[in-house]
Amino acid sequence: MIASLAAVPVIAALTGVPLIAAATPIAATTSAGQPKPALTHVAAPAARDPAKVGGDLYAVHCIHCHGEKLQGTVDGPPLTKAGAADVDFQLSTGRMPLEVPATEPMRGPASFPRAQIDALVAYVVSHGGHGAPIPNVHPDVTKLTRGRVVFEENCEACHGATGTGAVAGFGWLAPDVLQATPLQTAEAVRTGPGIMPQFGERAIPQDDLDALTAYVDTLHHPDDRGGYSLASAGPVGEGLVAWLIALGCTVLVMFAVGETLKSKPPG
Amino acid sequence: MIRKLVDAVDERLGAAPFLRHALRKAFPDHWSFMLGEVAAYCFVFILLSGTYLTFFFHPSSHQAIYHGHGVPSLDGRAMSDAYASVLRISFETQAGLLIRQAHHWCALLFAAAVIAHMARIFFTGAFRKPRDLNWVIGLTLLLLVMGDGFTGYSLPDDQLSGAGLRIAQSIALAIPVIGSWVAFLFFGGNFPSPEITSRLYAIHILFIPLALGGLIALHVAILWHQKHTQFPGTRQRENNVVGSPLWPTYAVKSLALMAATFGVLLLLGGLVEINPVWQYGPYDPWTVASPAQPDWYVGWLDGALRVAPPWAIRLGGHTISALLWPGIVLPGVLFSVLYSWPWLERKLSGDRAYHELLQFPWQNPLRTSAGVAGLTFAAMLLLAASDDVQARLWHVSVQQLAWFYRIAVWIAPVIAAALAWRVCVELQARHAYEHDHPSRVVLKRAPEGGFEEEPVPTP
Repeated sequence: MIASLAAVPVIAALTGVPLIAAATPIAATTSAGQPKPALTHVAAPAARDPAKVGGDLYAVHCIHCHGEKLQGTVDGPPLTKAGAADVDFQLSTGRMPLEVPATEPMRGPASFPRAQIDALVAYVVSHGGHGAPIPNVHPDVTKLTRGRVVFEENCEACHGATGTGAVAGFGWLAPDVLQATPLQTAEAVRTGPGIMPQFGERAIPQDDLDALTAYVDTLHHPDDRGGYSLASAGPVGEGLVAWLIALGCTVLVMFAVGETLKSKPPG
Repeated sequence: MIRKLVDAVDERLGAAPFLRHALRKAFPDHWSFMLGEVAAYCFVFILLSGTYLTFFFHPSSHQAIYHGHGVPSLDGRAMSDAYASVLRISFETQAGLLIRQAHHWCALLFAAAVIAHMARIFFTGAFRKPRDLNWVIGLTLLLLVMGDGFTGYSLPDDQLSGAGLRIAQSIALAIPVIGSWVAFLFFGGNFPSPEITSRLYAIHILFIPLALGGLIALHVAILWHQKHTQFPGTRQRENNVVGSPLWPTYAVKSLALMAATFGVLLLLGGLVEINPVWQYGPYDPWTVASPAQPDWYVGWLDGALRVAPPWAIRLGGHTISALLWPGIVLPGVLFSVLYSWPWLERKLSGDRAYHELLQFPWQNPLRTSAGVAGLTFAAMLLLAASDDVQARLWHVSVQQLAWFYRIAVWIAPVIAAALAWRVCVELQARHAYEHDHPSRVVLKRAPEGGFEEEPVPTP
């Protein structure tokens, strides 16, 4: 089943005919957990012109929702305001292409190898996507304290104090930041993907961005010196442990000694 | 050894008659009668661990730059002395983190044990005359435990508890007419005031523990004087107490329970992280994190705030805050009903007699279903307080969950009470049937596999 579906983009690439209609059913049947080997075949042959590769990929994977001229459709927004940072962020974090149009993009394994992502970035930028360029980022580990202040003032209201993510209202999730690379963090800050606000140079200057990306990197390994962290669920996990384990254990002991040492009826 | 000790005390105080009597005092045997003791041992543990923490904690809002080995991302940050001292307790004090965590776990267990104990008292009718007085003291103890928990939780001046304190201040502001004065009086100014940490500290380590200690002593003295209740049985009557003597049987049981309680708390303190304030960061009033919850024993109040409709009323140029209903009216009504329940039930049932024997929950469907409804109501509010965590877990919107809990808070108690009522009635019918139709035969299985009937020997 998967093998036969996988053949479709290969045919598309070989014949040069974008099978637009076929793109959606493929995407819909490939679940997030599975690798997507079919899509990597599109790159071959390697010697092709990168701009053409980007165009072909766009025609197969993006055009259905974002339209022929990046103008957008009912299923997806226009990409005319998107830039290199947007496209790179959405593709490198595996959020795009969406399996089901108009659902919330979630992080996953990237669908394309690096070269194809670069090709798509080049295609969108050269066809009218004039959003933010790929940001410069140099994570500065000597400024963790500043990075933490920037995080607390701008990020933790949605992403949580430990960066584990939280709800952002009306069914949207603020994802965890625990897998984000410094570049992806910087791209998200500068572009504001989804319902996230966009933070420009005036809100978060370059120095702060370098400090922030270094601090977010430290969140990947939380400081749980207190012991088992209960999935960082805070007082919710602690309350459950208090009732189930602390009170549970003492009640078991109560029951054991209470039933063992009992006064027996005379005789 | 005990005899020698009693003799020695007797020679000096003439206390032998009292001690002889006291050591032989009978305590009824039922495991659930020891729930209150867990609470008492929690009080002992929390006093001891708390005393250790006072050696190192600085109850001061004075701002200073932190330079410690604790957390690299806080090095060089301005923070209150209180928060910095908690970091030092956690990372630079011998056994500091262990004791701090065990102290916090103890607060959570303390409140849970008090509520479990209260539920036992409620469902078995132990609060009836003459013990209605001790019910009132017990409820006051619960309020004090919650108050001590909340003040202690707020002391580290971290991001999470700071947000909680701000909510508490908003509720105080919502009191009609006198709200602003009450809030300013308590906080010593507008929020966040430099006074609040030292005030919370005095309340947390002096006033409430003193009140707790005094009331616990009174609670136990009344219990001693009135004697413990017991379940009805073949030997148990209204005018006797059947059980184990205080020395040695009951004392051994109780000491085993104490050891278990302390052991569980220290194990949790050493192995399971609680309130990692270094992850939350120092409190800055203009920041807030999500998800955020208070400790569980105030969670039901937080849940009420989250699901209550935003009913603010304009009355003659004054606004009555929407926080009034979930923050003040709801807990006020809830605790008024709890305080007056012994008298309420007396009025409803017409039963004004003294009771030394307990009831099984099925013997009183009205009380049991009322209690089940109350607990379900509180549990729903508590669940509503973690709506942000649930929304993330199940990927639904907080708004949908808020509406779910708005309805469930009222529907679930009715369903639970109806179920409890039904179970009680069924159990009553079964006990009545067994009483009227005692079993006449015993079925015996023969070694070959067949069954035989034997008549029950008549007593």
